[in-house]
Amino acid sequence: MPFETLMGDEAIALGAVHAGLSAAFAYPGTPSTEIMESCQDLVARGSASIVAQWCANEKTAYESALGASWAGRRTMVSMKHVGLNVAMDPFVNSALLRIKGGLVVVVADDPGMHSSQDEQDSRCLADFARVPCLEPSDQQEAYDKTREAFELSEELRVPVMIRITTRLAHSRARVATVEPKAQNPVAKAEDRWGWTLMPHAARGLWKQALARYEALQARWEGLSGVEAGDCDTGVITTGLALQYWRENLPELAARPWHLHIDRYPMPKAAIAYLASKVRRLIVIEEGAPFVEGALRGILPTGLLIEGKLGGQVPPTGELTPDNIRPALGLAPRAQQACKDLPLPKRPPQLCQGCPHADSYAFLKEGLADYPVHSVNSDIGCYTLGAMAPFEAIETCVDMGASIGMARGASEAGLKPAVAVIGDSTFYHSGLSNLIDAVSHNSDLTVLILDNSTTGMTGAQPTILPSERLAGIVKACGVDPAHVHILEAHKRSHEANVAILKAELAFKGPSVIIAERGCLEAIKKERKA
Amino acid sequence: MKYDIVLCGVGGQGGISVSVLIAMAAQAEGLEVKQSEVHGMAQRGGEVLAHLRISDSPIASPLIPEGGASLLLAFEPLEALRYLPWLAPGAAIVSAMAPVRNIPDYPDIDLVLRELRSLPGALVLDADSLAREAGNARAANMVLVGAAAHRLPFPFERLEEAIKASFGRKGEAVVAANLKALEAGRRSHA
Repeated sequence: MPFETLMGDEAIALGAVHAGLSAAFAYPGTPSTEIMESCQDLVARGSASIVAQWCANEKTAYESALGASWAGRRTMVSMKHVGLNVAMDPFVNSALLRIKGGLVVVVADDPGMHSSQDEQDSRCLADFARVPCLEPSDQQEAYDKTREAFELSEELRVPVMIRITTRLAHSRARVATVEPKAQNPVAKAEDRWGWTLMPHAARGLWKQALARYEALQARWEGLSGVEAGDCDTGVITTGLALQYWRENLPELAARPWHLHIDRYPMPKAAIAYLASKVRRLIVIEEGAPFVEGALRGILPTGLLIEGKLGGQVPPTGELTPDNIRPALGLAPRAQQACKDLPLPKRPPQLCQGCPHADSYAFLKEGLADYPVHSVNSDIGCYTLGAMAPFEAIETCVDMGASIGMARGASEAGLKPAVAVIGDSTFYHSGLSNLIDAVSHNSDLTVLILDNSTTGMTGAQPTILPSERLAGIVKACGVDPAHVHILEAHKRSHEANVAILKAELAFKGPSVIIAERGCLEAIKKERKA
Repeated sequence: MKYDIVLCGVGGQGGISVSVLIAMAAQAEGLEVKQSEVHGMAQRGGEVLAHLRISDSPIASPLIPEGGASLLLAFEPLEALRYLPWLAPGAAIVSAMAPVRNIPDYPDIDLVLRELRSLPGALVLDADSLAREAGNARAANMVLVGAAAHRLPFPFERLEEAIKASFGRKGEAVVAANLKALEAGRRSHA
């Protein structure tokens, strides 16, 4: 059997290709980015003959995947956890559809917020939508469960979620691979009323979705094995918690009963059986207390349940082989530390020579005349401008929020209002906010930091090249006299300040595009 | 046999590539590996940490438990001090001595190096100079790997083979420069 050493993200990409994938769609987002990069790499190496496309955002990516499924072909859409919020509309509705070609939605959660603005748990959203969810606990399972997800999706005609977390996405191990399956031929879904969610059709489809979810729970009972222990304590693990549990197991005096849950809807009978064998049940799961919450419910059970809600497992952040030890009754491992020297933190920062630094320099000077102003910003490398020495931006909430928030602040009377947004984020979710601004002639200045790349996630190409950006802004209806393209460079500083000042004084929507290529992207291009 | 390595440095120093290279060498020897790395925001000039676990039996956690690592390979001295809690008693430390001063409150480098050198099993190297002498200023990482090589649970040749395999695409000159840097590191501690 052939082996490859793969990151979790790569294992999913290869698993999908070996399952007969025809089309993959995504928007970059840590820790999911490498799934699409890996698909594209397999194409470049001649190891896959598939469509593998970056999209404007997660919603458009999801909808493209829906179309591919409708056309009868296997398709995958991948995103980070907060990307699923963007794709929520097609995601929730797609649970009602009669999926044709297997549709697998891979969501990479980021507990600990290594590179995210929250640590929401996608298992909750899969359950909300009644979409089955598989959760691998290592690279081999990431490969195997992705293939299983495609089979399940076509058999039950439902989208299937693969939920992973950062450490699995970005850790590598050996994976045994199988012979690739052939792709499906193009064969359109012929049942119009399985794909047209008008109320009279959707009502019936929703009933079917609920029944399918119930049936799946019963069917999966058989797959969930309870491992017998030799004491009256039980442990439930999910995802990577399984590995941290195994890491600590040799140190436990008595062996607890154990159930690992790797799929949702979760196995009720197996959990009940485990509960019947123990007096105390410890739930260790990466992310929200999803299983633990369901077990606790509201009514008393007589069983002692411990976990995140009980305070025995840290309720926030990422699990580690160390921070689950108190829950297992183990003392911290002996460790050394630097005693005599305080160690300053080294937070991430803009690269030396980054064009954003020059943009922030002219932004701050341009705003210096206005003691009261607002600078709303967005998601990307430029968010690092919140920190010293720049301290140039005041908010960062979600993709595209900068323009909407600056507009709202301005309409509410806080002026001048500036929105700082990157080119990729602008295409993702900034455009529709700009249309609102034009529609209401809102008084704001949008500063698009155009570095021709999606920088923070490792320099993926933006969905459209820089040359198209000004045209799109003008086509939204911004007066061409108030659309400027500047060079984000020290040598243009004075001119840039002058243009910014003029636009801050102008009462209406204006857009300043500050252009200069990302240095990391240029380096990456040279390497290729 | 279990051999856990913490690799640390500052974003952009190439710690992840070094981790991949050592893992490749270990696998060529028939050993199991599990590697964990940091991507995304943390990579932008911040603290970067990679875990590399090598064993002759299956490995569970992708993260090394605290107090468990056999080797700390540091590309920056302040970062070396940051990850001491992961070291097992008697573990080795191989660290570069050149500071990356991209923060305003970087401590006095003499104090950092004194602290580091006071630790048992610590080897602090002028990896930059050794790399320059070996003919490739950018191969300081490889000098450090060379200096740690005799502690790794596989023969030195496996590292040389891994360098040939992973740099081969970039041409003979790049391979030769990295091999020289590796060798310079190996000789430095003798």
